[in-house]
Amino acid sequence: MARFVMEFERPLVELEEKLAELKALDVASLPDLAAEIEDLEREVERLRDTLYAALSPWERVQVSRHPERPKTDDYLSALFTDVVELKGDRAYGDDEAIMAALATLDGRRVVVIGHRKGRTTKENVRRNFGSPHPEGFRKARRAMLLAAKFGLPVVTLLDTAGAYPGLEDEERGQAWAIAECLATLSDLPVPVVVVGIGEGGSGGALAIGFGDRLIMLENAYYSVISPEMCAMILYKDTARAAESASALALTADDLVRLGIADEIVPEPPGGAHRDPAPVIAAVGSRISAALDVLSGTDSARLQHERYERLRAIGVFDESAG
Amino acid sequence: MPINDWFKQRERRRYTVTSGVSGSLPDGVWRTCPGCRKTLYQGDVARSHSVCPHCDHHFELIASDRIALLVDEGSFAEIDAGLTSADPLRFSAAKPYAQSVRAARESTGLSDAAVTGRATIDGVPVAIGALDFRFVGASMGSVVGEKVTRLFELALEERRAAVIVVASGGARMQEGMLSLMQMAKTAAAAERLARAGLPYVSILVNPTYGGVTASFAVLADVIFAEPGALVGFAGPRLVEQTIRRSLPKGFQSAESLVEHGMIDGVVQRGELRGRVATVLGYLMADAAGTPAVAGDV
Ligand SMILES: [Zn+2]
Repeated sequence: MARFVMEFERPLVELEEKLAELKALDVASLPDLAAEIEDLEREVERLRDTLYAALSPWERVQVSRHPERPKTDDYLSALFTDVVELKGDRAYGDDEAIMAALATLDGRRVVVIGHRKGRTTKENVRRNFGSPHPEGFRKARRAMLLAAKFGLPVVTLLDTAGAYPGLEDEERGQAWAIAECLATLSDLPVPVVVVGIGEGGSGGALAIGFGDRLIMLENAYYSVISPEMCAMILYKDTARAAESASALALTADDLVRLGIADEIVPEPPGGAHRDPAPVIAAVGSRISAALDVLSGTDSARLQHERYERLRAIGVFDESAG
Repeated sequence: MPINDWFKQRERRRYTVTSGVSGSLPDGVWRTCPGCRKTLYQGDVARSHSVCPHCDHHFELIASDRIALLVDEGSFAEIDAGLTSADPLRFSAAKPYAQSVRAARESTGLSDAAVTGRATIDGVPVAIGALDFRFVGASMGSVVGEKVTRLFELALEERRAAVIVVASGGARMQEGMLSLMQMAKTAAAAERLARAGLPYVSILVNPTYGGVTASFAVLADVIFAEPGALVGFAGPRLVEQTIRRSLPKGFQSAESLVEHGMIDGVVQRGELRGRVATVLGYLMADAAGTPAVAGDV
């Protein structure tokens, strides 16, 4: 099966393919083959170890965008039961780039909201590749208010390159739709657990992207601007995205260091797509564990602590002025 | 800083040529209006609130002039003037961020892009702020986010109305995720003020974009914009590249925002103060003329 190859893993994939070819040959007719295969296997393993041991920020961004990476739909079907999807913003339309649903996680009733990329081209076109229109954010806000009204915790899954920069999106108030999500989410009287599962692209991610806990997958990123656009601004050259990715401090590790994310879910070497099941299961148990703690907190305290959590973010110097 | 000193300092700045922005030019110079290409005497421009008498072009203003335009004379007292960027990511790709901030501080005399403080408007106590586009494009990093948040908190604590004149290129890229999170932080503070039933009026001026538009700027109870101001989330060039056709005339202009139902009105600079005072008169009916009591929540 042809698999999607990220630029930085090409040498490894080439070796893996060569190994597979050798293995397909008739060993009996070629006496030296067994030894050669063994050598190659060792080399593949060594390369895999060094290549995936310490991915650069830009390499992680590529892993986070891998087309086979587990998506919101995969988490929804593996972790949640009795899913009732909520559609539409009650004002204009239904934006499939954001999914909202009533669902059950480990016997707990929750509202789940997530950016929704597609698997196939057809799905991706319908879902605008996971880049929401204002209607998506307004649907998300509707789901947040529903959760507040009925005392259900909110779980959000982040995976978007960003809010869609289209003409009609501007005319229908993209900025307003995002800002209203931020205001609502900041004061929601129920627990909010956020998981960065893939891309965390700027304001479009932030609209459903903060709460009482932020759990990041090892290769997920969260950034104020895409590395490509940053490179365009800094160097007038999108090819220098790797440098921008390093400068922007957008990895899960960076976010923990900056006091924005709480914990990191490890991924298998090469990324979650190489073995999705254990990653998805780990995300499920991390969400449940967070909700176990938060569910014991009364709503006034939750609101207060969420505010203080946001309040503490920012680094500056202060002198008597 | 005492109010009189602040006004004196503002006067001093007025006579120091630092950039092409109206409030920083001496009266005795001639300048070309970008709207109608006519040559104007700066003294005349300054006397007409920096609006071109021929074509109504609204020249860019510095933050202190934005505030002076709105508040009762002598009522403004700045707060949090000592907040400065700490360059938390040590951002040095292309041009070092610390260098950009230093250059902006030197050329503007400001500590960062936001100027905030207490004042009155027609006797109504307000917490007021203005963003200054000369300072790294009035982008929002930790300092702007903190000052705007404190402005809302001050309004809440002292039962003042919040008034902010917004111009911005968006979230400040060089502080990475710390900047993005200022969107949530300022939105949270605005939401608290709203829950307390205190009014917030924002005035969007040219240009207002990105993460600043998509947070505190549009969470106001009443939103006005200056004529011709461009306001949006994505910049026009990005939108054009995305849709691969040219943009309609007036796209993202204040006038088109009114048509699309996004703001309450386009207000001439000279009429802003009166309009804001009237709104506050309705929404802060009990507050006019009564001094605010600190700590009274
Ligand atoms: Zn003119």
